[in-house]
Amino acid sequence: MANLNVNINGLLMNNPVMTASGTFGYGKEYEDFVDLEKIGGIIVKGTTLHKREGNPYPRMAETPSGMLNAVGLQNKGVNYFINHIYPQIKDIPTNMIVNVSGSSIESYVKTAEAINELEKIPAIELNISCPNVKKGGMAFGVSIQGASEVVSAVRKVYKKCLIVKLSPNVTDITEIARAAEASGADSVSLINTILGMAIDAEHRRPLLSTVTGGMSGAAVKPIALRMVWQVAKAVKIPVIGLGGIMNARDAIEFILAGASAIQIGTANFIDPTITVKVVEGINDYLERHHYKSINDIIGALEI
Amino acid sequence: MNKHILDLTVVENIKLHTNYVLLKMTHELTLPPMMPGQFAEIKIDGSSTTFLRRPISINYVDKEKNEVWFLIQLVGDGTHQLSKVNKGDKVNIILPLGKGFTLPQSNIHKKCLIIGGGVGIAPLLYLGEQLLVNGNQPVFLLGARSKQDLLQLDNFQQLGLVYTTTEDGSCGEKGYVTQHSILSHERFDIIYSCGPKPMMVSVAKFAKANHIECEVSLENKMACGIGACLCCVENTNEGHLCVCKEGPVFNIKQLLWQI
Ligand SMILES: Cc1cc2nc3c(=O)[nH]c(=O)nc-3n(C[C@H](O)[C@H](O)[C@H](O)COP(=O)(O)OP(=O)(O)OC[C@H]3O[C@@H](n4cnc5c(N)ncnc54)[C@H](O)[C@@H]3O)c2cc1C
Ligand SMILES: Cc1cc2nc3c(=O)[nH]c(=O)nc-3n(C[C@H](O)[C@H](O)[C@H](O)COP(=O)(O)O)c2cc1C
Ligand code: FES
Repeated sequence: MANLNVNINGLLMNNPVMTASGTFGYGKEYEDFVDLEKIGGIIVKGTTLHKREGNPYPRMAETPSGMLNAVGLQNKGVNYFINHIYPQIKDIPTNMIVNVSGSSIESYVKTAEAINELEKIPAIELNISCPNVKKGGMAFGVSIQGASEVVSAVRKVYKKCLIVKLSPNVTDITEIARAAEASGADSVSLINTILGMAIDAEHRRPLLSTVTGGMSGAAVKPIALRMVWQVAKAVKIPVIGLGGIMNARDAIEFILAGASAIQIGTANFIDPTITVKVVEGINDYLERHHYKSINDIIGALEI
Repeated sequence: MNKHILDLTVVENIKLHTNYVLLKMTHELTLPPMMPGQFAEIKIDGSSTTFLRRPISINYVDKEKNEVWFLIQLVGDGTHQLSKVNKGDKVNIILPLGKGFTLPQSNIHKKCLIIGGGVGIAPLLYLGEQLLVNGNQPVFLLGARSKQDLLQLDNFQQLGLVYTTTEDGSCGEKGYVTQHSILSHERFDIIYSCGPKPMMVSVAKFAKANHIECEVSLENKMACGIGACLCCVENTNEGHLCVCKEGPVFNIKQLLWQI
């Protein structure tokens, strides 16, 4: 067995495989299929200060090798999370990480502050990149100023590992990554979904209630991989790569491109056991190539 | 009820007519317990446009033969590919998913009306059988466009009285299920329904107007099928609920339909 331990600026994980927010519920949904303990970290559904009903149905459209979603951060708010969900998930023996979203700096700060108090939550992932909410969300993630303001404000109140999740819907993602780093982020994760659209030609109507939505799945992988490679060169903090990872080989590509850890999202819908298979596949790769540790291949791409 | 990912083996692939197949599948181990109205998420190989699994209702469970049946209408590439499986092929399936129909308590014998339309009859065969086993009298009212679209009639007839409607009048009364004369002649304690949404809406209207308990099975678009992604929601009196987890069967009192 190779050494799969990774250290994301203080967040210690048994292996580099995490689940992407919004695709793995609160972990419990997958209990029948996988031993959650074997996953490096579980990032739960986007949590906001107040309850959100999300967007109207239909919220999903399948696209070639991928899908669009327009869930719109449906969740019951941070207080509900603390009182009702946290007690159920706090003893899951892996890193349980909360994805924090907001519509104003104040709402991000208050949510992060509340979660800072939770002993068994070692990190938050600050979602400044959700394309599915009208106000806030991605708005902060598409400008250097917006990203700097929200990350600095949250950094002041959040004492544990602060991961900032970046949007691919920008001209130059490295600028935003640098802004997050300069404002105190411990790590950046990328990519969130890519803004897309689908039409039902027969009925001349959009397939999503919101017309546009976020694209994910195998189809986005080349874009995600390129961005991870660019960002890994641009910042010193650890990068977490995601977008279209369907198997261990995809995961290794992201790690070679510079990711210290990876997340699996949409692939869980097709194979709910994929996370554990990717952990095993990464180990097999390391053994086959005679590497002792995962750290030997992070950013090991030869050009 | 635990969910399982199983590689089921195709026992039989029966072409019901041009647009429908009945797939009978088995497993080397005893199949997990399944309730009528629950569904499965089937992985489909060999279709480049089919990325996600396809939700398909549990049509019937033959406990003696350790078989689960799926009745499939061929609508797009996914279902077309699925219809090509042969005896002996393995198909990767997650089941059982969701909450099924509420069966009356076994000591209360209820008169149950089961209304199905088109491929919506799929979950109703197993429902009828389970109602019968529990001492209830299921009556079936099945509607379709024309005679050839009325599927599995023989199987339904073994479980109870079957009434039919067809839009072209080729079998049973002409018209829609909600226009059938049985509805004005007999009184039922509970109605179960699955079919196209406009049909279920008129069934729900009828049930509400006549103060009859009524459950319907929805077919919202799904991605994960296990309550993790929140894509399949239906707006209810408790807000957005996942059809794959809190449904697919709902009591019409929960829904915000205009009825
Ligand atoms: C809980 C549940 C149970 C179901 N049970 C059955 C069943 O027992 N037998 C059966 O044949 N089908 C059933 N369906 C519908 C079935 O899932 C779809 O027909 C199937 O996914 C279509 O896949 P496809 O690749 O062939 O078509 P696609 O290429 O995905 O779509 C082809 C066309 O069908 C339409 N379509 C796709 N999915 C749906 C849907 N969910 N509802 C209405 N229209 C749709 C699309 O809009 C498109 O116009 C069920 C759906 C749900 C949610
Ligand atoms: C249904 C769905 C819901 C999502 N919800 C969230 C969310 O709440 N917060 C977030 O940061 N990202 C969310 N995402 C984005 C994913 O976490 C991930 O960034 C994206 O799907 C790309 O990875 P993938 O191709 O592996 O799915 C969601 C994605 C999907 C498909
Ligand atoms: S399909 Fe994912 S929650 Fe229902």
